[in-house]
Parts: sequence; structure tokens; C-alpha cells
Amino acid sequence: MRFAYQPDKGHLSRRTFLRASAVAAGGLLVSLHFDFPALAQNAEALPAPPDAYIHIKPDGRIVIAVRHIEMGQGVLTSLPMIVAEELDADWSQVSAELAPAGDAYKAPPLGIQSTSGSWSVRYGYQQHREFGARIRAMLVGAAADRWKVRPDECRTEAGVVRGPGGQSAGYGELADDAARRPMPEQVVLKNPGDFRIIGKSTRRMDSRPKTDGSQKFALDIDLPGMKIALIARPPVFGARVKAFDAQAVRSMEGVRDVFEIPLVKGSAVAVVADRFWSAKQARDQLKIDWDFSSVERADSQELRARYQALAKTRGTVALSRGDKTALSKTTPSQHLVAEYELPYLAAAALECLNMTLRYDGDRAEAWIPSQFATLDQGVLAQALGLDPSQVTLHVVFAGGGFGRRSPLDGNVPFEAAAIAKRVRGTPIKLIYTREDDMRSGYYRPMTTHRVEIAIGGDGMPWAWQHVAVGQSFIIGTAMEKTFIKDGVDPLVIEGAVNNKYRIPNFEVSVHHPAVSVPVYTLRSVGHSQNTFVMETLIDELAVRAKADPFAYRLKLLDPEATKVRDALTLLEEKSRWRNNLASGRAAGIACADYWDTGIACAAEVSVVDNRPRVHRVTVAIACGLPVNPLSIEAQCQGAIGFGLTQLMSAITLKDGEVEQSNFDGFRPPYMSDAPAAIDVYIVPSNDAPLGVGEPATPVISPAVVNGLARLTGKRYRILPIDAV
Amino acid sequence: MATYKITVNGQRRDVTVDPSTPLLWVLREDLKLTGTKYGCGIGLCGACTVHLAGEATRSCGLPVSEVGDQEVVTIEGIGVDRVGRTVQEAWVKKDVVQCGYCQSGQIMAAVALLKATPRPSQADIEGSMTNLCRCATYVRIRAAIQDASTRLI
Ligand code: FES
Ligand code: FES
Repeated sequence: MRFAYQPDKGHLSRRTFLRASAVAAGGLLVSLHFDFPALAQNAEALPAPPDAYIHIKPDGRIVIAVRHIEMGQGVLTSLPMIVAEELDADWSQVSAELAPAGDAYKAPPLGIQSTSGSWSVRYGYQQHREFGARIRAMLVGAAADRWKVRPDECRTEAGVVRGPGGQSAGYGELADDAARRPMPEQVVLKNPGDFRIIGKSTRRMDSRPKTDGSQKFALDIDLPGMKIALIARPPVFGARVKAFDAQAVRSMEGVRDVFEIPLVKGSAVAVVADRFWSAKQARDQLKIDWDFSSVERADSQELRARYQALAKTRGTVALSRGDKTALSKTTPSQHLVAEYELPYLAAAALECLNMTLRYDGDRAEAWIPSQFATLDQGVLAQALGLDPSQVTLHVVFAGGGFGRRSPLDGNVPFEAAAIAKRVRGTPIKLIYTREDDMRSGYYRPMTTHRVEIAIGGDGMPWAWQHVAVGQSFIIGTAMEKTFIKDGVDPLVIEGAVNNKYRIPNFEVSVHHPAVSVPVYTLRSVGHSQNTFVMETLIDELAVRAKADPFAYRLKLLDPEATKVRDALTLLEEKSRWRNNLASGRAAGIACADYWDTGIACAAEVSVVDNRPRVHRVTVAIACGLPVNPLSIEAQCQGAIGFGLTQLMSAITLKDGEVEQSNFDGFRPPYMSDAPAAIDVYIVPSNDAPLGVGEPATPVISPAVVNGLARLTGKRYRILPIDAV
Repeated sequence: MATYKITVNGQRRDVTVDPSTPLLWVLREDLKLTGTKYGCGIGLCGACTVHLAGEATRSCGLPVSEVGDQEVVTIEGIGVDRVGRTVQEAWVKKDVVQCGYCQSGQIMAAVALLKATPRPSQADIEGSMTNLCRCATYVRIRAAIQDASTRLI
């Protein structure tokens, strides 16, 4: 498991129960309750439940609350599809909204309200089917009573119950009666062969508002009397304000207040103004004297040297299989030694970090594009001295997230709370400028890898020793006890320890240096580095063995790793274009088992102006039953584009300061950098659905580099690639 | 502070702001037209693209004092135009959006492209669609522009 936490299988467990209720305005409201004693006692006393999942309105419209943030991944469409399938709803009557923070929306496997790990559908599939099936049974029961027939004589289709004598009633007409019925204990779920919504390519719910400008993102929240807050942050992580000249900016037009606030580490100066532009002008003119004593000035050059030295020594062993001394039993002529350096990366979602908060002294209301809603709620409560129940947190649409909107220390709500406390009663919107966002840390960590391989007589790897060096995501956070085992952060080495190649003597060890740069889990987390290392090396071995890259991988892969084998096999068939390439072009492939999802891709590359150019990509994915193939295609296409970033860009530090501040210094892929065609193929399956949002991210960069190696004969182990 | 009369989506509007305020923030904060987005503030991402006198223009670097009587059209107003409406429909049909944050700007850029070049080649598309999409929806943007192009002719 990625986490030590043992998830249930996503079934509605005995500690949770569904409750149906009638609503004043009519209709059936279904909520999910946790069987906490306090809640159970008060269950009837709760007002219009803040924990509704499904609301069937008298006019037949169905509103489904989605417990995960929508940040592009399509969850606002896919989870409702699952409910609607078992409910036999009329899809055109279904709409969805984002659930606020609340216990009812805590989700497996973490048991917090989170959107991460490509988990939303994987762990929500069974539960949401059961939601739909139970409600359907109640509607059928209500209809059967009305017609004095047996429920099993009735059937449902597209939002209508039909009786044996030709009777029919819409769900909306039945909702009030259904709300008075008990929730069925047992329901029979559909056979996947009978699905008519799940498995069908379904367009997104949120396309229209996102194409006519009406979609409200977090940055668009507007409250009466709201002010804009910007923060002048220390140029070096952890530094503190020594002194600043508040007077000089306080008199500027539109500026309301200027004051020092604590940060999670260090301190900063906040400016509150009527408008963004006044706040920005004032912030940019602030003269601040910083206290750099006791801060560490991280420097990329120094870190590289330090990491390289560490990589030459064995770290804490995370996995050891076979003979520990195997390498020393082989002769150096059989060895391949490879050293990799992979940079810090910024998430750089297009919508900068921001949130809105109103704090009145005994209540707070927040609007956050949060990937970890209940954690952020807790951070706000603690910072404001409130109980979480006094903090209403609206989860709002995010312009991308990629992991940056879920730090465990809740750094953004922490800052907003400090500002809101000072201007109590006035709603504030805290905005990060692009420069603030890019320089704010919480990067994918920089890592160094040293791999020593002994190649057997058959050309296959016989012994493999991988030393990884990278900051831990978790050590020093509240989750340390839960996830860190024997000093090893499993996220840093994922993709290395759990790869599916059968290498008889195999060891992964890791060093976690303490560095002052905040790091966090970027889309595909440790896989973005370890899959790059694994797949470029496997490819290099295949080339040395003069073997076909598919055949070599299939020979080395565990015969039981069916998902990745299926993906590779499908890719082989769908990427025959590899055999007819124009001169100056080459193809590279890569594959991975991404937390049970099998993923493989082939990239057609060339070199243009000393830069790699990716012309076309084919992806094959084995993700169990594809809930929404159209969305899976989109996620794979997007992940391919996102995964190209590490070939092009890096966050670097000099004397403690981040050197990049905008999309010039840190250039993510634009259209001209991205492949003109990305074809996605899904392995057909009725197995339980697996994650799809991240898996394609880590396979594209090794596929491109493997293609480049075929063109130039060179291996690119230091990213980003400066020049080919 | 100074008062400016600007024409946005066919309406004359008065705004009283600091003359250096970029049009982007006037649209978003004073006129409450929040469909136009802030992404970088220095002309690199295109999230703030509007039409200024018919040209795709990045509004984050355009002081409101320089707008004058040039007509401004934003994503909220582009649907009344045949090309604009067709592009929006193509975006829905091809299921282009992911997070959607860049898409107002992408659509404004695509409409400007199709008005100037009704049958764009892939090279034309690549040359003029210089807006960043961090969700990397680029292949579907290409497909939607081609789709709109065939429907417009
Ligand atoms: S916000 Fe104007 S180009 Fe990025
Ligand atoms: S759709 Fe997310 S940035 Fe383009």
C-alpha cells in the first residue's frame, strides 16, 4: 500500500449508515452518517443536513454531492455516473455539486476528506453503487405500495418506475413516499453487462460553465465588503521579519492595513487593500528588513554535491530481496552504474493559490479550493481558536491542483487565519501572485539516484542496487507516525520498491536529507522519479541485449503483473507506427504498474534545435472497468503533457532564494511543446476500477528519453535536458 | 484615481480606478466579469485574453487608461458572435475542458484565430494558440478548433 493505513474495500461499513429524509421543499434526501455516538443522538436534531449525498427533487431532478474537489480530473461527472447507474436515473436530470467539508464526506482510504492518489473513483465505486441501488429500491418500494404490487414486479428505467399493469411513476413523484421508507439493508447490484451509463463515454458536467465564463473558481469568490490580502514573503524559506516600514504604504490609495503575520515557518508582512492592484502595488513597495539568522540557505549546487556523495553510500534499506552480496560476486565488466539527478518541480497550477475567509470571532466561513478539506478545516479551527464545527468550509472549484492544494500543514489556511484574525468581521481573499505561488515551496523534491546493476549472461539484470536520495514528504508532519516505517518514507521510493520486474537480487535504500525547502506530493509523487530511473535503465539493458523493448520487458515482468502486461501488450499492437518512422525520428517506450493500474506509452521523438520534440504518443492503460472512457482518455492525455514538465523545467535555488518566479523561468509545456496527437487505448475489463488521474504522468519522460537515446546514442540522466 | 468610460461586451461602463490598473482587474473586480482569468500577470499564459478592437489581447498588461474607445469583448460576451458560439459548442462537443481555468483565454484566442484564418492548418493552430494549459488539454483544443472551422464554412 502507498500508505500504511488499511483501507476497507470501499464498502459501506458497519460504522456508517445511510439515512433518508423528507425535505421541507419536497423530495428525498439521502445522507451518509457515521455511527459516532454523539452524531447518532443528535441525528434527528440536525437541520437541513450538511451531509446530504443525493437529493431527488419533486420535479425529478437529482442532485448529487461530490465529496472530492473538482480540479479538472472529472470526478464531478464520474461519481454521479456511478450513482445514476445503480439508481437507473435519467442522466439528463442529474446534476452535481461539490460537498462542503464534513465528516460524512471523509473518504477511504485515508479516512479524511481528501482528493489525492487517483483514489476518488477507485475507493468510491462500491459505495456510490450502493447509494444508488438503495435509493432505487426505496423508490421501487414506494411505487409498489402505491400500486399494491410486489416490488419485484416493478422495473426501473431512466428515472421512471414501471409496474406490471402498465403503471408508471417518475422518481420525483415517488420521492416523498420513498423518503418515509426504511433504508434497505441489502441490495443487489447490477451485473456490469447491464450497465448503460458506467462504461459509456460521457461528456463532463462542467463544460458549459467552463466555456462561457460563468464557472466560479476560488479566485472568483466575491463577498460584500471583502478585501484583498497579499503577503510579502521572506526571500529565503523560514526567515523572519525584523522590521518594516508600514507607514510608507499605509497611506497608499485603497490600502487598509499592513501588519506582520506568522507563517508555518518564519513570518511575513500582509497587506490588506480594497483591490488586488492596490494590494499588489503596496506589497511590492514594502521595505522589509529580514532576519536570516538561523535559516538554512538551501542552494541547488550545494545540494547536488551533497546528494551525489550520499548516493554513493547505502541508505536505510527499504527493500532487499535475494542475496545482499550479489553485486560483489560479479565482475565490474558486467556492471552498469548510472547516476540520476532530478530537480525540484513546482505544481504551478494555472489558478494561483488563494482562499477566502470570513471570521466573526465565534464563527468562520471559508471558501477553499482544497484537496484536503477536513484537514484545512482543522487548521483554520486551531488557528482561530474554534471548534471545527464552528468552521464552515466550502470546497470550491480549483484551476488545477496536482497535489499543491493539500499540504499537511495547511499553510494557506494558516496564513489566511492570521490575516482574518487581525481584520475580524471583514471577509478577506488571500491571493498569491504567480511569483508568490511559484516561490512558495511545496515542490516535488529534488532527488539523486545511483543504481548499480550486474547484468547476467542472458542479458537480464541479475543484481540491482538502487540508492535514492530525497527529502521525505512526511517526516516532521502530523502523519509521520502513521506512514514512516523504520525511517523510510514510502512515497520517496514508490515506483522503485514496488516495480513488477523480477530481478532476483534487488535492493532499494534511501537517504532523507533534511533541507529547508518545503516539499510535497506532485501528481504521481515518487513515481515521477523512480519510474524514470527504472524505465530508462530497463530500456538501456534491452538495447545492450539487442532485444526488442517490449519482449525484454515482458520477459522480465512478473507473470502475475497482469495489468502492466496487458497495457504493454495492447500498446505493442496499437503503436505499430513505430515500425515506419521517417528518418530523424525514433520511438521510445516505457511502462509502469502505478498502484495496480497498468500503464504503458510509446513516444515518437526527434531533435529540433537541440531540443527534444515529441510528435506523437500512444498510451495503453489497464485500469479495471473504465467508468468514463472519455474522461480516462482526457486524464491520460493531460498526464502525458504534465509529465513532460520535468524534461523542460526545474525549480532551483541559489543562496537560499528560488531562482524562478513565473512561466518564463519555469516553463511548463505549451501546445508547441506537447505532442500533436495522443491516442489512448483502454484494456477492456470488468474488474473493479482503478486510478486514472496520475498513472500516465511518470511514463512519458522515460519514453521520450528512450526514444532520444535511439537517435543520439546518449542517455539523459540529468533533468531537465539542457541540450540534446 | 480617475474615471474611464470603456465599452465592454457592447455596453458603456464607467469605472473609477488607479490609471495603472490592468484591464484584467477592472473586468474582474469592478465589472464582476470574472470569466477572464489571472494566471501570470506578465503576458506569459494567456488566461486573461480578451478581444480589444477585435484582436486577441492579454489584458493583464494593458492599463485601463490605454483602452480608450476600443471595444472590449470578454468570454461572457463572445457567445453572441457566430464564430464565438460555434467555438464554445465545439469545446463542449470535444469535451475539451479539464480544470477549465485556461479555457476562457483559449476560446478567445481560438475565436480570433478562426476569424483571421477560417481554415487553419495544424501549424497555424500551433503558431497562434500560445496560451498555457497546465492540464495539457492541447490535443482536444486542436480538435475543437478544427471542428469549429468545418462547421463555420
Ligand atoms: S495573466 Fe495575462 S498572460 Fe497570464
Ligand atoms: S484546463 Fe486546466 S489549465 Fe487548461
